[in-house]
Amino acid sequence: MKPPIFEYASPLTVAEAVSLLASRNGNAKVISGGQSLMPMLAFRLAAPELLVDLKHLKDLGAIRIGEDGVRLGARVRWCDIESDARLAVSHPLLAEAIKHVAHYQIRNRGTVGGSVAHADPSAEMPGIAMTCDAQMKIVGSAGTRIEAAADFFTGPLQTSLEQDEILTEVHLPAWPAARRWAFLEFARRKGDFAMAGVALYYDLDSGSRITDAHIGAIGVADRPIRLTEAEAVLNGNQMSDKLIAAASAKARQSIDPPSDIHAPGAYRAALVATLLGRGLKKSAA
Amino acid sequence: MQIEFNLNGQAVSADVEPRTTLADCIRNDFGQTGTHLACEHGVCGACTVLVNGEAVRSCLLLAVQVQNDKVVTIEGLSGDELTPLQAAFRKHHALQCGFCTPGFITTAHALLSHEPDADEDRIRDVLSGNLCRCSGYVPIVEAVLEARSSYRDSGSK
Ligand SMILES: Cc1cc2nc3c(=O)[nH]c(=O)nc-3n(C[C@H](O)[C@H](O)[C@H](O)COP(=O)(O)OP(=O)(O)OC[C@H]3O[C@@H](n4cnc5c(N)ncnc54)[C@H](O)[C@@H]3O)c2cc1C
Ligand code: FES
Ligand code: FES
Repeated sequence: MKPPIFEYASPLTVAEAVSLLASRNGNAKVISGGQSLMPMLAFRLAAPELLVDLKHLKDLGAIRIGEDGVRLGARVRWCDIESDARLAVSHPLLAEAIKHVAHYQIRNRGTVGGSVAHADPSAEMPGIAMTCDAQMKIVGSAGTRIEAAADFFTGPLQTSLEQDEILTEVHLPAWPAARRWAFLEFARRKGDFAMAGVALYYDLDSGSRITDAHIGAIGVADRPIRLTEAEAVLNGNQMSDKLIAAASAKARQSIDPPSDIHAPGAYRAALVATLLGRGLKKSAA
Repeated sequence: MQIEFNLNGQAVSADVEPRTTLADCIRNDFGQTGTHLACEHGVCGACTVLVNGEAVRSCLLLAVQVQNDKVVTIEGLSGDELTPLQAAFRKHHALQCGFCTPGFITTAHALLSHEPDADEDRIRDVLSGNLCRCSGYVPIVEAVLEARSSYRDSGSK
């Protein structure tokens, strides 16, 4: 369990970091919190020539909250989100979901940008980015681009990031105060990766009908996904036990999770239906 | 690469390969073997140390990343006497083989230094990332609960 040989640099600006990445033709890798990359190095699943540490890029460590939503710098750590009391109002879904990420020591190091770039299909932050139509801000040799979460996650541990690109910010659109929401996941042990999880929100129109339902699921596909068919069941209707049952059934039918050592696919599909049902009940309470 | 940091109150320097983890550096370059290594990939918590007062896993950190930082290991928490936290572990039989103990003590120390009023749920939550094969965890939680009073009296340690 020893990492392979590599060089190390800790640049002072994003521009310098990008040029270091660009200088190695794909053989350089960013290290942020290191809480996913270090295990990958220990197992030698990754063997870059050069590690580019973002530790000095303090600008990327800010949580900015404004009229247009919440902007999480790529270097924002789980413990920073946990201790920012503003988020309970500005983005309660984010605050709740991040409570489930990893353990105390890992939460002191692990970052938003690292999690989103790592793109584990069971990870909470990518799930929230997908559910909430987040916009990713990405800086590379070619300049800055903004990409929607739906286009950013491309497969298991895969994203649209180029070798010389750095994710600098995740922007979650503004959160109306009256919005209904829930986040539920199931893991065998607190802090472990979830077997499956569901994030959801919706607004109510003047007739108490559901509008703009967003349901995201983690741990059930090769990337975080939206359950659009279940969303369609909800939109335009008033919440009821019957509606919840119909949305849950639709969610279960619409996914085909892989089986692994932790759980068979059918179990995960049932789990999503159960979590969605509970989440919808909770959101309406 | 040449690095300098503060280890348990002393300014130290070492010439390390970039791939050297902080855990290996502390153990091999400075002979402080109280920081234990088990899984070496972030799942057991045995290697927990404090960097600038925060509990982190030293197997998931490179030595070159702690340049100019303040690192405290289990060796740095007490002199010849047991601290109240360590004494509580002894009183409650919160260890058997003791392999996991440095990781639990450093983690609990960080928690109680920041949150001396942590309740049992919070303590269980924080310790959930540390594995112990011997104790069954209950005595560890009891020990940490008891040690809280010493952190309230004295601020941090
Ligand atoms: C025991 C254990 C349990 C865990 N449990 C959970 C859990 O329940 N839920 C969960 O979500 N996570 C969990 N994690 C993972 C943890 O949250 C990681 O911190 C996170 O996934 C990665 O963040 P990082 O900052 O540590 O990234 P790093 O490990 O530094 O990097 C991860 C990857 O992203 C790339 N990268 C990092 N930052 C950027 C950037 N700004 N731009 C471009 N690329 C970048 C790196 O090159 C690397 O490929 C767990 C980890 C451990 C060790
Ligand atoms: S040895 Fe570091 S967490 Fe297990
Ligand atoms: S006392 Fe033996 S592993 Fe904890």
